[in-house]
Amino acid sequence: MLAVIGKRLIATIPVMVMVAVVVFMMLRLTPGDPAAVIAGPNANSAQIEEIREQLDLNRPLWEQFAIWAGNLFRGDLGESFFFKAEVTDLIGQRIGPTLALATTTIILTVLLAVPMGIIAAYRRGTWVDRLVMGFSVLGFSVPVFVLGYLLIYIFAIQLGLVPVQGYAPLADGFWPFLQRLILPSLTLSVIYVAFIARITRASVMEILEEDYIRTARAKGQTERRILFFHALRNAAVPIVTAIGIGIGLLIGSVVVTESVFNIPGLGRLTVDAVLGRDYPTIQGVILVFSFAYVMINLLIDIAYTLFDPRIRY
Amino acid sequence: MMSLGHRLLGFVAAAALITPVIEHASADDSVLKVVMHSDLKIVDPIWTTAYISRNYGYMVYDTLFAMDEELNVQPQMVESYEISDDSLKYTFTLRDGLTWHDGAPVTSEDAIASISRWGEKDSMGQLMMTFVDDMTAVDERTFELNLKEPYGLVLLSLAKPSSNVPFIMPKRVAETPSSEQISDYTGSGPFVFEQDEWAPGDKAVFSKFEGYVPRDEPPSWASGGKVAKVDRIEWVWIPDHQTAINALLNGEIDLMEAPPHDLIPVIEADESIVLNDTNPLGNQYMFRFNHLHPPFDNQTVRQAALAALNQEDFLKGVVGNPDYYKTCEAMFICDTPFATGAGAEHLVESDLELSKKLLEEAGYDGTPVTLMHSTDLQVLTNLAPVAKQLLERGGFTVDMQSMDWQTLVSRRAKKEAPAEGGWNAFMTSWVAGDVLNPISTAGLIASCDTAFFGWPCDEELESLRDQFARETDADKQREIAFKVQERALEIGTHGYMGQWYQPMAHRNNVSGIVHGPAPFFWNIEKGG
Repeated sequence: MLAVIGKRLIATIPVMVMVAVVVFMMLRLTPGDPAAVIAGPNANSAQIEEIREQLDLNRPLWEQFAIWAGNLFRGDLGESFFFKAEVTDLIGQRIGPTLALATTTIILTVLLAVPMGIIAAYRRGTWVDRLVMGFSVLGFSVPVFVLGYLLIYIFAIQLGLVPVQGYAPLADGFWPFLQRLILPSLTLSVIYVAFIARITRASVMEILEEDYIRTARAKGQTERRILFFHALRNAAVPIVTAIGIGIGLLIGSVVVTESVFNIPGLGRLTVDAVLGRDYPTIQGVILVFSFAYVMINLLIDIAYTLFDPRIRY
Repeated sequence: MMSLGHRLLGFVAAAALITPVIEHASADDSVLKVVMHSDLKIVDPIWTTAYISRNYGYMVYDTLFAMDEELNVQPQMVESYEISDDSLKYTFTLRDGLTWHDGAPVTSEDAIASISRWGEKDSMGQLMMTFVDDMTAVDERTFELNLKEPYGLVLLSLAKPSSNVPFIMPKRVAETPSSEQISDYTGSGPFVFEQDEWAPGDKAVFSKFEGYVPRDEPPSWASGGKVAKVDRIEWVWIPDHQTAINALLNGEIDLMEAPPHDLIPVIEADESIVLNDTNPLGNQYMFRFNHLHPPFDNQTVRQAALAALNQEDFLKGVVGNPDYYKTCEAMFICDTPFATGAGAEHLVESDLELSKKLLEEAGYDGTPVTLMHSTDLQVLTNLAPVAKQLLERGGFTVDMQSMDWQTLVSRRAKKEAPAEGGWNAFMTSWVAGDVLNPISTAGLIASCDTAFFGWPCDEELESLRDQFARETDADKQREIAFKVQERALEIGTHGYMGQWYQPMAHRNNVSGIVHGPAPFFWNIEKGG
C-alpha cells in the first residue's frame, strides 16, 4: 500500500508540471493586459508601458516562464500583480472558507444522499422512490445561482433565520461560523445529493437482487441489518467513487456559490484574479486546485480498500 | 423507515426552535459597513488612476487644497497662502497641529515630496511641473513653489478632485519612485488604514484617526471640516450586485456605493433604504474615435459619426430612468463654470441625413468600424449596441466586437490597425470631476502619440489648451474653454454622450453624507 501511495505521489509531479506549463501558456494567450488594468481608466500608453516593465511583462515568454518556474521550484508562487502580497499568503487567507464550505457540503451531501438512495432502492417503485427520483431530476436541473437566491429570499430575507452573505471563521464562535454556511452548503449540496442519491439507489438496488441478500433474509436477519450491513457495504465502491467525483466537481462549483453568498474563498479569489488578469494568483490557485484534485483521487483509491477487501494494492 | 423520517423532521423542528434570531452584523452604531463599487486592490492612489484607489486616498490622506460644492478652490491642509504680484511665487503655510498617523508632524518637506511624485504621474501634475522652477521649504510649515512663467492652474491642480488626486504623503513614502507602489500606508487623513485587517478581495478596514484636526468650516465636497463620526469603517467587497442589495435590505451592510440602475426599483420598494444622489455633477459617457486608422482618421467621417449619435438613446439604453440622467451640450459638464453649448448642435439629437451626406462627401467606402463592446460592467454594457445601431442608421458599416472590460482596456492601448488587433472606437464613462476643464479632460489631449487612447493630433487644440493653462484671469479662461470645446467638436476628438447619475443606497439610520465627486466618509453618522 505504502509503495502504491509513494508511486502515486511521484506521479503527481509530471501532472503538476503539465498543469503549470498549460496554465502559464493559456494565460499569456488570453486577451488582456494586467498592466492596463492596474493603470486605471485615466492612464496613458506611457504609464501602462512603465507598469509592464515593472512587472517584467515585456520579457520574452520563455524568460517569464523560467523565472516563475524557478520560484515555483523553491515553493514561491510569486507576488500578486495587484495586492502587493505573496500568492501563498492570499491562498492561505482564502483556503479556510473554501475548505469549510466544501466540508459542510460533503457532510450534508453524504448525510442526505446516501439515506435517500437507500430508501428509494428499498421502496423501489413506490411514491417514496418517485419522490427521491423527482428531487434528483430537479436537483440536477436547477442552477446553483437560482437556488441560492431562492434560499436567500426565503430563509434570510423573509424568515430572517440566517444572514444573506458572508463568512465568519470558527474563531468567531461555532454558531456564527455555522449560520453563514448553512445556505451555501445547502445550495451547493443539492446537485451532489441528486447525483449521489441516484448512484446509491442504483447500486443498492442491484445488490438487493443478489443471492446472498435472499440468503440473509432466509436466515432471519432484520431488514435494517440487511440494508446497512450487507447491501450498503457491498454497494459502497460506486458510491465512494461518486462522492469522490463530487468532491472534484465541487472545486468548480464553489466559484459560483462563493460569489452568490459572498464567501471570500479560493473560488472568489480565482474569479477576481481572472477578471484582473492577475497571472501569478491565477497560476497559484490553479496549481493548488490541481494538486487537491490529484490528492482526492488518491484518497478515494485508498478508501476502496476499506469497503472492499478484494481490492488490494 | 418512517421512524427515521420522523426523527429527521423532529431534528429540523428542534433546530428551528433553538435557532437564535440572527444578529445583524451592522447593529453597532460605531461601525459603518460599506460595499464600494469595486474591490480595493491597489493602495497607492498615485500609482494608479483607479477610482477605488482614489476613494481610499480620501480616507487615509489629506490634500493641500480642495474643491467645494461651488467648484471654488479652498485651502485644506493649508492655513494660508500668498501669490506674488508677478504670479511666479506661491507661498503656502500648513495648518498647525497636522500630524501623521504615527504621530509625527506634517512638514513642508512632506508636501514638496508629495507634489513631486504626483507631478510625475498625473496629467495635470505633469503639465504644472513643466512650469515649476523649484519648490523649497522655508520652515517646518511653510514652503514656496516658484514658477518659470505664470501658470493659471496651480491651485486648481492642487485641488484636483479626481484621479490622480494630489494627496500628501510623508516624505519617506513620497520618495518612492512613481513607477513603484508604496508599501508604507501612513497618512494624515481622518481615517487610518488597518493594514493588518486588510483581506484583499474581501475587506478593507479603516479606523478613526484620533489625532486628526479638522478645519472649522462645515464640510463641502472635499473641503471643510473632515470630522470622523464613526469609529470604524469596513469596506466589504460583495461582487454580486443582487447579493449586495440583499445584504443591504437585511441590515448586514449600511451603505452601497453604486447600486445598479436596474435594481433601484427593488431598493425603492423598501422603506428602510434611502437612495441618495451624492454626486450632483454625475458622470459623462464618451464615444472615443481612434484617429490613427480608417475610417476615423478622416475628420469628415468623425463629424458624420457625431451627427449619427445622440445622447438620449445612450442614456435610455443604459440608465433607463430619466431621474438619473440628462442630456447636456456642455463638454465640461452642465452647470459648471466652463459649461457651454458651443459647437454641440448635433450632439444631443441625431441627424442621420447629415451623417449620410458627410459620409458621401468624405468618400466613405464602407470600411467597417471596429467598435469594442464591453460586456461585463452594467453601466457600459448597452452603450456599444446603441452606438452600432445609430452608426448603421447613419450610413456606417459596424463590426461590434464583444469582450470583457479588462480586455477592452488592454486592447485600446494598441495602435495597430483593427485587422491586426487594434480598434476604431469604444465607449466609456468619466466621473464629472475628471472632465471639468480642458486640462483634466483626458480626451482633449491632442498631442498625437502621447495623447489618451485614440491619439488625436491637432496643434490648434493643443495651443488653446496651453493658453488656457497659462491664463490667470477667470473670464478669459472661460472664453478659451469655450473655444476648446468648439475646436474639439470640430475635429472630433470624441463625442460626449450625456450625463448620468449614480445614487448611493443606504439604510435610513445613516445620515450626514457629504456630497462630492467621490464618496467621502467623514461627517457620516449612524444611529437610530
